[in-house]
Amino acid sequence: MKEFMMIFSSEINESFGPSPEQMQSNIQQWMDWFGGIAAQGKIVSANRLSFEGKTLKPNHVIADGPYAEVKEIIGGYVIVKATNLDEAMKLAEGCPILIHGGHVEVRSIIPMNG
Amino acid sequence: MSEKELIPQLFKTEYRKIISVLCNLFGPALSGIEIAEDITNDTFLQASETWGLKGIPENPTAWLYTVAKNKTKDYLKRHKTFSEKIVADLKLNQKQSESIEVDLSPKNINDSQLQMIFTICNPIIPAEAQIGLALRILCGFGIDEIAEAFLTNKDTINKRLFRAKEKLRTENINIVFSTEIDVKSRLDSVLATLYLLFNEGYHSTTQKTHLRKELCLEAMRLNYFLIENKTTNKPIVNALMALMCFHASRFEARINEIGEPILYDQQDKNLWNEELITKGNYYLIQSAQGNELSKYHLEANIAYWHSSKIENPQKWNNILQAYNQLLLIEYSPITALNRTYALAQVKGKQTAIREAEKLNLTDNHFYYSLLGYLYTDLDDGKAISYFEMAQQKAKTDNDKSLLNNKLSELKKKRDSLPSFSASE
Repeated sequence: MKEFMMIFSSEINESFGPSPEQMQSNIQQWMDWFGGIAAQGKIVSANRLSFEGKTLKPNHVIADGPYAEVKEIIGGYVIVKATNLDEAMKLAEGCPILIHGGHVEVRSIIPMNG
Repeated sequence: MSEKELIPQLFKTEYRKIISVLCNLFGPALSGIEIAEDITNDTFLQASETWGLKGIPENPTAWLYTVAKNKTKDYLKRHKTFSEKIVADLKLNQKQSESIEVDLSPKNINDSQLQMIFTICNPIIPAEAQIGLALRILCGFGIDEIAEAFLTNKDTINKRLFRAKEKLRTENINIVFSTEIDVKSRLDSVLATLYLLFNEGYHSTTQKTHLRKELCLEAMRLNYFLIENKTTNKPIVNALMALMCFHASRFEARINEIGEPILYDQQDKNLWNEELITKGNYYLIQSAQGNELSKYHLEANIAYWHSSKIENPQKWNNILQAYNQLLLIEYSPITALNRTYALAQVKGKQTAIREAEKLNLTDNHFYYSLLGYLYTDLDDGKAISYFEMAQQKAKTDNDKSLLNNKLSELKKKRDSLPSFSASE
């Protein structure tokens, strides 16, 4: 089994203001999808990224926000176990970010000590 | 009450107190547990001999304590080398053996029992041995009862407990709490043992319903003991207590008079114990303090919804969400299967079948049972073949007979349907 990272990105939507019900149903879609992968025993770790953050650039320039000057924001990532990239891509199917116009990038992880 | 009834009763309540105080006095090193066991056993033996002849003393508990104290002093006197070399290391330090006080005050009894729980529930000894020692020392179970609970013989249990005591002796395990962190890090292994002890009773394969209940009650008693103590009364301890209360509330409903299991959806809900459900609710609320969300919290949450007699879609969605979170904390095949069952209730059998087929638990007979359940009514032919595969893999007679019932039900249904030939 190899490890793969799925990175979830979507476009920044300034007018994004979901109702509490939408938030709830959104969280639930994610949890149901995670649950499906976890039920196969293939989740290594999962994390959401908060909107708090800054960007460090050369010459000590610090930009506010994690998303300065980019159109897309990474919302979170998950590390999964799979035998190969095809299988990892299969796991990515049904990811709720696809419904909301975002995408999942699946990358193979190379251990530092390997 | 005659001494024939009184002694077993006192054995259940006082044995663990005396032995804990003595273990704590000697320390598990230098065979302390065995010495404490010998003295405590001797005390009860003397009680049964003396009370039978002279009648029951006015205060039987005080009598036991006095005898245990004297026996301990005698022991120390008789083993002069032991006392000279070792007494210096004893908890009551520097004092001479004659002046050693065996402190059987309620406070020391309480503290000693707490320390014994933490000493025994230690991952350096195997889980089965932890449960065995807990039953022997903390619950006053006889070796034969423990052997029966584990479906094995007295010899095996004696050996297992001996090895565990040896391990505690050589590793010189003596738990003294010094900081909050000590309690926290060790509490996890204590709770794991209590959880196993409860499950041993709840899912045990022994047909002796009475014994199974005893194991569950002892796990709950020890858990309650942790709640009563301020240092160990943590939200996670309350979460485990809530879980046990909810499960125990169905004890009468889930086993029939000959010890066979009754499935959840076929249980007589009037047999559910309302008092235990109310207690479970109370501990669940207590467990909600703080930020920790442990697997016990999630399992208690699932058990809470299972204890609710209301049937609505939200109920199963809540159960599904708790299983989703539980799987992220700790994967286990049975959690994965239960999650898929809950998914079928929320999103329908077709969706659940798609996810079930990805689980890849082909060694597990519950996996085939689940697929059998999911295909029932959608494709009874497939359902029958899955239930048959489950039956081949099932290990216990109970499981086999449950599957047999399912199969004959389905086959009856299949045979009663009008069959259409190709010409029609």
